[in-house]
Amino acid sequence: MSHESTYRPGSFVERWLDKRLPLVRLAHDSFVDFPTPKNLNYWWTFGGILSIFLVIQIITGVVLAMHYTPHVTMAFDSVEHIMRDVNYGWLMRYMHSNGASMFFIAVYVHMFRGLYYGSYKEPREMLWILGVVIFVLMMATAFMGYVLPWGQMSFWGATVITNLFSAVPVIGDSIVQLLWGGPSVDNPTLNRFYSLHYLLPFAIFGVVILHIWALHIPGNNNPTGVEVKTKKDTLPFHPYYTVKDGFAIVAFLVLFAAFVFFNPDALGHPDNYKEANPLSTPAHIVPEWYFLPFYAMLRAITFDFFFISSKLGGVIVMFSSIIVLFFLPWLDTSKVRSMRYRPVSQLWFLIFVVASVALGYLGGKPAEGTYVVLAQIATAYYFAFFLIILPLLGLLEKPKPLPKSISESVLKKPDLSSANAASE
Amino acid sequence: MNATTETKDGEPTRRDFIHLLASSAVAVGAAGAVWPLVAQMNPDASVLALSTKEVDISAIAVGQAIKVIWQGKPVFIRHRTPEEVVEAEKTPLSALKDDEARNANIGDKAAADDSNRRLKPEWMIVVGVCTHLGCVPLGTDRGESRGDFNGWFCPCHGSHYDLAGRIRKGPAPENLKVPPYAFVTDTVIKIG
Amino acid sequence: MERMKIRCTLIIAALVFASSAPAIAAGGKTTPAIHNHWHFDGPFGTYDKDALQRGYQVYKTICASCHSMKQVSFRNLGQKGGPFYLAECPAGVPESVDCSNSNENPIVKAIAGEYQVEDGPDDTGDMFMRAGLPSDRFPNPFANDEQSRFANNGAFPPDLSLIVKARHHGPDYIYSLLTGFEDEPATVTVAPGQYYNPYFTGDMSQLLKPEFLNEEGHPLHGVEIPPGGVLAMAPPLFDGIIDYADEATPETVEQYARDVSEFLTWASEPKMEARKKLGIMSLAYLLILTGILYWSYKEIWSKADH
Repeated sequence: MSHESTYRPGSFVERWLDKRLPLVRLAHDSFVDFPTPKNLNYWWTFGGILSIFLVIQIITGVVLAMHYTPHVTMAFDSVEHIMRDVNYGWLMRYMHSNGASMFFIAVYVHMFRGLYYGSYKEPREMLWILGVVIFVLMMATAFMGYVLPWGQMSFWGATVITNLFSAVPVIGDSIVQLLWGGPSVDNPTLNRFYSLHYLLPFAIFGVVILHIWALHIPGNNNPTGVEVKTKKDTLPFHPYYTVKDGFAIVAFLVLFAAFVFFNPDALGHPDNYKEANPLSTPAHIVPEWYFLPFYAMLRAITFDFFFISSKLGGVIVMFSSIIVLFFLPWLDTSKVRSMRYRPVSQLWFLIFVVASVALGYLGGKPAEGTYVVLAQIATAYYFAFFLIILPLLGLLEKPKPLPKSISESVLKKPDLSSANAASE
Repeated sequence: MNATTETKDGEPTRRDFIHLLASSAVAVGAAGAVWPLVAQMNPDASVLALSTKEVDISAIAVGQAIKVIWQGKPVFIRHRTPEEVVEAEKTPLSALKDDEARNANIGDKAAADDSNRRLKPEWMIVVGVCTHLGCVPLGTDRGESRGDFNGWFCPCHGSHYDLAGRIRKGPAPENLKVPPYAFVTDTVIKIG
Repeated sequence: MERMKIRCTLIIAALVFASSAPAIAAGGKTTPAIHNHWHFDGPFGTYDKDALQRGYQVYKTICASCHSMKQVSFRNLGQKGGPFYLAECPAGVPESVDCSNSNENPIVKAIAGEYQVEDGPDDTGDMFMRAGLPSDRFPNPFANDEQSRFANNGAFPPDLSLIVKARHHGPDYIYSLLTGFEDEPATVTVAPGQYYNPYFTGDMSQLLKPEFLNEEGHPLHGVEIPPGGVLAMAPPLFDGIIDYADEATPETVEQYARDVSEFLTWASEPKMEARKKLGIMSLAYLLILTGILYWSYKEIWSKADH
């Protein structure tokens, strides 16, 4: 859906610049006159929300780095110094810690939306794969960021997660030693995590630009999954989607502010307000909420599988749960993009959402009794959904008839404005 | 496709008003959000609180001087000889480049007489930061150049200060600052 | 389509819920903390200054003999929102003093002056003691953690500067622990120097008397394991142990516990009042902006070519 540039430089300065560096033209064609399907619902606003949160995280992070000290004897105290002494330091710190959670809420909604509407399908495979790359980078960044305050959960989270690599046969222990920079999680570990925590967001920023580029080549998917056919199917991005995204962003910021100002520690763990103590492990180590589904899958493997020990098995399953996402565009065999026209798939999708949420819940529970069994069932479903259900559904399911075009699907609705407001 | 419409005489309509209101509200919010980002760079509460230092001056012999650090800056404490006090006191204001006392212990705009630069005649206490570009002048330690006026000499760009820390020659625009201090006892001063 | 929206809300709600679900301690159960109504509850809640002052008195008289509070400086006491903040100077203070500045606050200076803090080294290289200044931190009652542990029978009294944030339902927990000491149930043996508290985390099954255990050392069928645990801190509060200047305030364990919980909440979160104040303004702004943008959005989309 590449389109003819409609940018007409007016003044002399604009024409001068346009010949040498067509930056304004790029912005105009990407964010002003970009033809966008006219039927995007609110689920499509989360891309904009994510961009804003990337910016919030980078800005507050740079500010925090001005006051933080990455040393095991001073890291915890320097965070308290930020909270107590630095002007608006408490605000920066709470925005950064809660901003990470908001970032993950938005990214999960964004991913489920892509899954439901088939946004990963041809010709948007690269768009999806870049999205998964961003997700992996986000997880690495968030994990290392959580270590920096050097509380009990920071320290023991770092210990447990880096120890996952010790499950790798033969070279596992060498990998762990390399990650730690010593015989245990200590000052070298903290320093390298700080360095990488500062670096990775800029890598994310770069991949986000590629992600947007990959979006602008085929153009947006839409709730019908039917490609744009004529100009009648689209609206210019500005003002239609700038104002809609803007509204959604501000509404999401209300949720953010409610956490930052009125319940700033609700998403954290009290144990992280105890300084790291290598001699004593907290009774119950849990990662931040956004890692719980993966943590549950890690712990669900309690049995040896042939020559694979349960420890290695858990690690393989956890990493595979993300790797499988890279192959999603080729695992889904359906010709129809949007699940709106795939009634059977909707049901399996709903179960997938329930399984994912259940994994999140189970990851926060002790790994014992029924919790383990439930986590095993949910893990099995997670993989079955991608590896068995989606490939088969595409072959077996009889989809509902598709609308001929986006305009047709929009116009057949009785009340246009309210249909749009209620979203899909 | 244009979102805003105008009436025939060019006046904005009620419809335009809401978009104008929306954009200005966003602009105001963005401006408000910038303030904490700037304010966080100001000195924090712990820095503002750490502002005093006690120094025992009993060991400084007549004619000697020491350097102590206060708020990250050197402070010169010179035990002047009676002759040096006389010399500093007889310097006329007309000979000075900067005739203001620059003394935190007395009000602004006092004249730069030697008596306005000290609490006790024999003790000259000044912040050891050249008022030109912030180097530390020489002349405190034995064997260092004390400049043409027997006080301090800044080697960076050649500013000469006299026995009361007043600028006499060179590019520096102002006298060395006198920090806030008080005598706790005859031999102990508290700076800040 | 509406269903999708509800579904999403549920996902988020479930995630938020899962994250804040309290951790279950290994071993035994703990009695849930007594729920109190606090002056600082809710979006408009502030600290009760009188309670903070009394709480400071309790902290200083009782807690401070064993517990450090190393993140807190004397100057914090006189900050806005703190126990001894003065908007204006009391009579008799020279005009040049700005009492709203916590470094100049005469009450804070007096409190700091009651303490001796280590400073130095002096010119001869020795450390020396001097009267405290507002900029000093509260001195640690022990020279180091090892000394602290040695003096307290091997148990380390935790630092109190973040104790409220470091516990689930912090203020309620502190209150419950301080008021909850009781004689141990008949089924368990508590070693000398240990004290039973149903609100403390622990595993009381380890302390069951032998007659309640089977041959493998497991509790006999039907034997109830008491909630809570044992700690090395003796019940620190008794009715009347502290003399409040304000005669109207009862001098009871419950009142002391409430006051010191409020004080420790302040010590954990001294910027709470500023945070809520800015929060009200920010939320009001964001909600109004949401409304304006919604209106603008509807207006623009009403012209969309459908």
